Amino acid sequence: MSLVKLDQVHKYYGDFHVLKGIDLDIKAGEVVSIIGKSGSGKSTLLRCINGLEEYQQGGISVDDKEVTSEDIQVRRLALSVGMIFQNFNLFPHLTVGENIMLAPTIVLKKSKAEAQTIAKAMLEKVGLGDKFGSYPEKLSGGQQQRVAIARALAMNPKVLLCDEITSALDPELVGDVLKVLEQLAKEGMTLVLVTHEMNFARDVGDRVVFMHQGKVWEEGNSKKLLSDPETEELKQFIGAVL
Amino acid sequence: MIEFSNWDILRNLLFAMQWTILLSLIAFISGTSVALGLTAVRLTRNPVMTRFVKVYVELFQGTPLLMQMFLCFFGLSMIGYEISAWGAAILSLTLFTSAFLVEIWRGCIDTLPKGQWEASRVLGLSFLQTLRHVILPQATRVAFAPTVGFSVQVVKGTALASVIGFVELTKAGTMLNNATFEPFKVFAFVALLYFALCYPLSLCSKYLEKKYHVAR
Ligand SMILES: Nc1ncnc2c1ncn2[C@@H]1O[C@H](COP(=O)(O)OP(=O)(O)O)[C@@H](O)[C@H]1O
Ligand SMILES: [Mg+2]
Repeated sequence: MSLVKLDQVHKYYGDFHVLKGIDLDIKAGEVVSIIGKSGSGKSTLLRCINGLEEYQQGGISVDDKEVTSEDIQVRRLALSVGMIFQNFNLFPHLTVGENIMLAPTIVLKKSKAEAQTIAKAMLEKVGLGDKFGSYPEKLSGGQQQRVAIARALAMNPKVLLCDEITSALDPELVGDVLKVLEQLAKEGMTLVLVTHEMNFARDVGDRVVFMHQGKVWEEGNSKKLLSDPETEELKQFIGAVL
Repeated sequence: MIEFSNWDILRNLLFAMQWTILLSLIAFISGTSVALGLTAVRLTRNPVMTRFVKVYVELFQGTPLLMQMFLCFFGLSMIGYEISAWGAAILSLTLFTSAFLVEIWRGCIDTLPKGQWEASRVLGLSFLQTLRHVILPQATRVAFAPTVGFSVQVVKGTALASVIGFVELTKAGTMLNNATFEPFKVFAFVALLYFALCYPLSLCSKYLEKKYHVAR
């Protein structure tokens, strides 16, 4: 059954046509990597899926509910769609634990004790069980990004959107974050990731979607698509990244 | 002619300084309250309301405080509202203070990265929840130093109340000068007293700036 469904989605920034009729169907438990050149509309696509950007034509639904950017809709949507950003966006005035507990307490109305239990469990999961009381600024980039993952997981989302979440990290810290994602994939989490990590896309991902000029240019099984691309554009792209 | 000793001059000035302090305090507190209200209005992002705040800020920042004080004092009484010098001073200083604080705080709120709003939104926080738990706690830390810094302008601004006849430090200085014919001595005292009020405030502002700058 499809969890995220896009049907001929068009998106404009003013006169600029960014997404030109995107069709996409993501099933529960699938790991989908979105690749493509900078400016091809990858971030915009993710942001439309969780209502951060509005789209002008077509339809998007998550878990059979239509996505619009109405405030109240976005908030309901937030219960099933988690998102992680390139630059973490942790709340600097809160400790790691408070960062994770904030939304469960004020959005899901969980008790403080309950939220704390969840936060600790999620921190263990991302390998940062000892950082509950630390402030984000004391952590490395890789650790901050793992806290951001824990914060998203604490809302128990059905799908996790990741926008180049390892791009701002020092190379030696990328592995830790990818390991967490791999673990989540194994546990059956639905992941949609914009990424430049081709090895990860091939080995962990089920499907690759190649975006070019605002369109889904080519898509398919990750191993097949990356080793045997059909279009000239994807060949060039793979050639340039590898 | 009565003889004025240094102590007599100082004693009279210190007495008048109480009014400067009181006027500053009231103007600052009411200016802060009005600014809080206007900031809340601005944050609703309602285009009409935002426009109103913008015009308000431009109006009171773009005209001399002295003119505002004249208008409050003479203008209001011309259209039939009797207002004391004290009332006019408080009113104009409140308008002036709030206009500047709204603008200072706007800067503090707007310098927070857009990612803070977006992260809150994707976690399901409402606009008000985001404001209360994410934006304001960070913005107030940043706003402390410039707000205290601005209070120095308020203290100095109270001197203008002397021209509408309110007896505070500056007015007392002018009166003592007329009685003693010792302008240098009298106004040196006056300046010194203003300095005694303002310097601790700027020190405090610098301290806060350092403290919260490091913390971020
Ligand atoms: N808020 C915006 N306003 C106008 N143009 C934008 C905005 N965000 C992105 N764009 C433009 O849309 C195009 C796609 O951007 P984006 O989705 O960020 O691409 P990608 O993530 O693939 O690099 C780019 O040309 C970019 O300049
Ligand atoms: Mg992008």
